[in-house]
Amino acid sequence: MSKLINWFTEGRSSGKYTLPFVVLLLAVTVLASAANLLLPQDSALYVSTYSITLLGKYLCYAMLALAVDIIWGYCGILSLGHGAFFALGGYAMGMYLMRQIGDRGVYGHPELPDFMVFLDWKELPWFWLGMDQFWFAMIMAVVVPGLLAFVFGWLAFRSRVTGVYLSIMTQALTYALLLAFFRNEMGFGGNNGLTDFKEILGFDLQSDSTRVSLFIITALILALVLLASQRILSSRLGKVTLAVRDAEPRTRFIGYRTERYKVWLFVYSAVIAGVAGALYVPQVGIINPGEFSPINSIEIVIWVAVGGRGTLIGAIIGALLVNYAKTRFTAIMPDGWLFALGALFVLVTLFLPKGLMGLYGQLQSKRRQNAEQEVQS
Amino acid sequence: MKLFLSFCLFLSAYITPALAASAETDALLQQLTQTKLSKMPAMVHQLEATGDESLLPVFRAWLAGDLHYTRDDNILVVEVDVNGVDTYQDPYTQATVAGLTSKQVRKIKVNNKLRGLLRGVIARIQLTSSDADVRESAVRALLADIDDETFATLERIYPTEPNKDVREMMHTALSIYTAQDQNSSQTVRLAAIDVLGDSLENDVRNVLFSLERSDNEVISNAATQALVSINRQVERYALVDQLFFGLSLGSVLLLASIGLAITFGVMGVINMAHGEMIMLGAYTTYVVQLLMPNYIDYSIWVAIPAAFLVSGLMGVVIERLVICRLHGRPLETLLATFGISLILQQLVRTIFSPLNRQVSTPSWMSGSWEINPVLSLTLNRLYILAFALLVFFALVMILKKSSLGLNVRAVSQNRNMAKAMGVRTEWVDAMTFGLGSGIAGIAGVALSQLTNVGPNLGQAYIIDSFMVVVFGGVGNLLGTLVAAFTLGIANKFLEPTTGAVLAAILVLVFIILFIQKRPKGLFPQKGRAAE
Repeated sequence: MSKLINWFTEGRSSGKYTLPFVVLLLAVTVLASAANLLLPQDSALYVSTYSITLLGKYLCYAMLALAVDIIWGYCGILSLGHGAFFALGGYAMGMYLMRQIGDRGVYGHPELPDFMVFLDWKELPWFWLGMDQFWFAMIMAVVVPGLLAFVFGWLAFRSRVTGVYLSIMTQALTYALLLAFFRNEMGFGGNNGLTDFKEILGFDLQSDSTRVSLFIITALILALVLLASQRILSSRLGKVTLAVRDAEPRTRFIGYRTERYKVWLFVYSAVIAGVAGALYVPQVGIINPGEFSPINSIEIVIWVAVGGRGTLIGAIIGALLVNYAKTRFTAIMPDGWLFALGALFVLVTLFLPKGLMGLYGQLQSKRRQNAEQEVQS
Repeated sequence: MKLFLSFCLFLSAYITPALAASAETDALLQQLTQTKLSKMPAMVHQLEATGDESLLPVFRAWLAGDLHYTRDDNILVVEVDVNGVDTYQDPYTQATVAGLTSKQVRKIKVNNKLRGLLRGVIARIQLTSSDADVRESAVRALLADIDDETFATLERIYPTEPNKDVREMMHTALSIYTAQDQNSSQTVRLAAIDVLGDSLENDVRNVLFSLERSDNEVISNAATQALVSINRQVERYALVDQLFFGLSLGSVLLLASIGLAITFGVMGVINMAHGEMIMLGAYTTYVVQLLMPNYIDYSIWVAIPAAFLVSGLMGVVIERLVICRLHGRPLETLLATFGISLILQQLVRTIFSPLNRQVSTPSWMSGSWEINPVLSLTLNRLYILAFALLVFFALVMILKKSSLGLNVRAVSQNRNMAKAMGVRTEWVDAMTFGLGSGIAGIAGVALSQLTNVGPNLGQAYIIDSFMVVVFGGVGNLLGTLVAAFTLGIANKFLEPTTGAVLAAILVLVFIILFIQKRPKGLFPQKGRAAE
């Protein structure tokens, strides 16, 4: 029986499912895209552009959940601030899209975004420079979250801040950023954030083909990230990470510099979150400080918990399921969603410690137990 | 409330001893109804000369433009607005004169010149009041505009004034007059200006500003110096004011985090629903006030134990249903309690609507304590500061002296050993959690007096509370106290230079950095309890 449980809890073991999952993911992506572009609107199998965008959004969330699962499930670091990295990546993309508007804004200023004209600013702040270049903005979307994660992680892990303390610190981090981005003086559009985007790399953001392309790109990057993470976590580094999760002092005594492993995994995870944010913004069309709110970050954790932590695919499935439920729920009974989400938190932690991915194992072991009891009696 | 009103009535009856005016004043008042506006100032002086204190309500009504007389028999009446209907009262007895309508009365006119005069007269009459506070405010009212007559009156009664504060105020008033008096010798005027340098009254500053511009260079320099000394004092009091606001924020933080210090510090349980316990307490206050709308002044005494019970019971329920099943899994506890916080928030939103609810402040808690013209401390903040300290010491006493406290400390130090010694650890856990939650409920009562009560009330404080507990050192109540006040004061002192939001961010960043240096907080636990 213990063999069975190990089989499900160990990170490597689920690697067996990774490839089929990626194939499934890509197949669904291609089918949905084809159904949108090739089929006529009145066909029963037609997938609306709205659904495509929604799917793209879910996939971004799934990537975010993957990022959290990497450090929570494999390294035992519960980050309640991953929304911050996601939002930072999103803001980098938002700044690029903002610069692409050019003089088509409400005030028609060739250089400054609308909100800066509104605040009576005369020239672009230094951190907006270069953001009109796509490649530069994308580097920023990766570097800024990565750098923040590096500084924070280096400070935290080196002084051995762990467990609940670390969780609260990450929450404080995203809370501080939330307050900061709400300020108009920060130069990120304050309360309203960045919106009203027109085009990306010259393609109209409203057109079907751009939306489908963004969806396909998101799916491809998600697949890539999943495969890469699977690979990294089943390497030697991944094994050390698991050791850190299960017995950090022991790993340290054996001679590993555990804080270095943790910092690099944290940075890797933050970069994935940043990429997810950058993919999210052009599809949703807005980025505002609300993305930094601690509740958002904590919701990500529940996606992972629902799917099953320490199983990369589980995080993705959890994110897709919970967000689909959220969309349906808020449409049917808006007041009910928070009840459902709250109950989900409680029930999953109480009864599904290993998430949906562990459910099969739980049921199996129970059946086995019952069978054994019958044999004994 | 009723009690207070009757007290006021009693007081006013006491201040106006004679219910009817003497024959002489009666005649004058009769004349008043026939006088032209231009002749009225002379009448005012004549009336004042009678020295009749009972005229005070007449003067007041006149000043407010409420004084009327009946067309038929020239009787003076005061117009009072009772529930939107104009009624007329006798100026002395306040008895309603029945059957009078606005058509049957004529108003006694008043203009700006008369108003100034009347103000002076009222103040001068009040100078002889038996209540020292009335006398002081009367002198203060005179400061802005001191004429020869007022000066003479003040000079006459100054030596006989028994109250020290009133004498000081009179001294200031006299000095204002002397300092501006061109006929006085320079030395006398300089001495007067020197006296003014100690006063914080606004009017004094205005006088000094005008003196600063005078042609006489010596006087102008002296005025500048006096202003500098005043400004120095004002700055000092501004600092005290800031400190007070810092302490006030600190007391709020203390109340919000002290319950957390118990559950987090003693039990090692992260309760993300702690903020919602505060919110429940605030809503309990609101409901209690709804239930006893006529006794708002006393409602708070009902609300405090009620909030403690509501939040405490909710805490026990949460502990029994969820937290005890997640023992030793702190991260899962965090998630589960977060889920509970979402449910509680939505529950309140469904029951009470998502809009903020207004909780009224008892009359004895509203208003402010005016120490001097530039420094006044709002009473509700003062009470909450005292209350926070009281709760803190009560809690320390419970933990130190009671048997529950002994059990709690035993369990927090070594759970297994305590169990072996016969302590019912599960019961202790539930009680500890109930106690922490109950105190959060009490914090909600206090917060409801400062801010609006809404479903997000608790959320606003949860992160700050965690910061306080982490900063102070987990499991250390004294650390929580020090941390709460340090953070509160630091926040308020940063605010003027950086703005409120940036101050909050700076404090957060500071704590994040502080935790790197001292991961166990300001006062780390030592010995075996540390692990």
